[in-house]
Amino acid sequence: MKFEIHSIEETQNFAQKIARLCQGKTVLITLDGDLGAGKTTWTKAFGKALGVKNTINSPTFTILKSYKQADGKPLHHIDAYRLEGASQDLGFEDCFDEGITVIEWSHFIEDQLPEDHISIALEEGVDEDRTITLEATGKESQAILEGYHD
Amino acid sequence: MIVLGIESSCDETAVALVKDKKEVLSSIVASQIDVHKEFGGVVPEVASRIHIENISYCIEAALKEAHCTMDDVDVVAVTKGPGLIGCLHVGVQAAKTLAFAYHKPLVPVHHLAAHIYANELVVDLKYPLLALVVSGGNTELVYMKDETSFEILGETQDDAIGEAYDKVARVLGLGYPGGPKIDKMAKEGNPVYELAKPKTQGRYDFSFSGLKSSVLQFTKRMERQGKTIDLNDLACSFQECALDEIFSRIHYALDDHPEIRHFVVGGGVSANSRLREKVEELRKEYPNITFTVPPMSCCTDNAGMIGVAGTIAYQSGRRADDSLTADASWEIQ
Repeated sequence: MKFEIHSIEETQNFAQKIARLCQGKTVLITLDGDLGAGKTTWTKAFGKALGVKNTINSPTFTILKSYKQADGKPLHHIDAYRLEGASQDLGFEDCFDEGITVIEWSHFIEDQLPEDHISIALEEGVDEDRTITLEATGKESQAILEGYHD
Repeated sequence: MIVLGIESSCDETAVALVKDKKEVLSSIVASQIDVHKEFGGVVPEVASRIHIENISYCIEAALKEAHCTMDDVDVVAVTKGPGLIGCLHVGVQAAKTLAFAYHKPLVPVHHLAAHIYANELVVDLKYPLLALVVSGGNTELVYMKDETSFEILGETQDDAIGEAYDKVARVLGLGYPGGPKIDKMAKEGNPVYELAKPKTQGRYDFSFSGLKSSVLQFTKRMERQGKTIDLNDLACSFQECALDEIFSRIHYALDDHPEIRHFVVGGGVSANSRLREKVEELRKEYPNITFTVPPMSCCTDNAGMIGVAGTIAYQSGRRADDSLTADASWEIQ
């Protein structure tokens, strides 16, 4: 599914909608887009909607930051920006066992991700315009996104 | 009292011996910065592997340089977090092994707290104190009522300031680490380009992601229009904007808390020459407050600061046993 949004508020609304669908589920979301496309904005709104109390800020330095959702399950936030060229197994599978994981720059660790996940791409247009591509890549992610209405 | 400190939270493997909180008997730092340069940043798995290769050598060298043996050491202190989890494990494991084998007390230390306490090496800290910690992974304004209480007044809502420098440097093709290069170029330029001013909700919070994006969009726009950019001017415009953000929050905090007696800086970004200039300006503005920006040897990641923090934590009664594990997102204490 492809659609356009035109403001930061719409990015936040979109994140909240996805959060409502993912709540309580075990799911991986890949979030791609260039520097400045709005990945941080999206993840902050997403985490807030899941009831994360702590400040969600960039995981670039530590690669992985974990938070607690309102229901006690974890929200993992991974930034693979600095993993370009790293081919070892980095042990992320622990993250995929419970709760929700959001990965930025996921193509750098593509071979280590579960096949069935939600894929979101933010493409930058003029000013705050963004083209969003939202896809499910398997049965479970498909079932979650079935409830999505633009 | 002699404390052996171990630090391995990011790309430095470091071991130091610190006597009575004030005297660094030895400080060994094995940096991985050259290895990570080719990747444009730290690669965690590579980093942990190099830590393992370096740690034993660093412990041995630190003892030797201090003319000590483990018998002279009273306490083993180690960074428990925050940091890269695989890297932290290496230091924690080494510290546990030493403490267990030589029957020494084991004290876990918070990396951010250690950056603040590092100032003890050059000055006696006075409380209440305001600390600014700025590095590749941290941008925090911390209020300390006394020696062992921490309140995070403000923190970055997205990128750390050092990270913003690195990413901007990458956009401008300057390489890693970006801070020193941007600082140097900024001296040759003027802040003539208008970049997006960071916006935050919290009074003391920081944001650098928007500023970073603004630099990126600016370069793209100029490219589209076929115009050339003066990179020195752009570096200067970015740096002024980023530091204005930091210093406006410091002003708020100092004005809101007139009881503050001491302001200190910690973290690698305190090497920045413009930041040091701006602290000098504050010194004139607030004559009743002591301002300390420690020498660079205290600011970057090293284990001397872990020794100092370990001394303070030990004296306040903190201990760990063999169940100690690294915690990548440990809260400050």
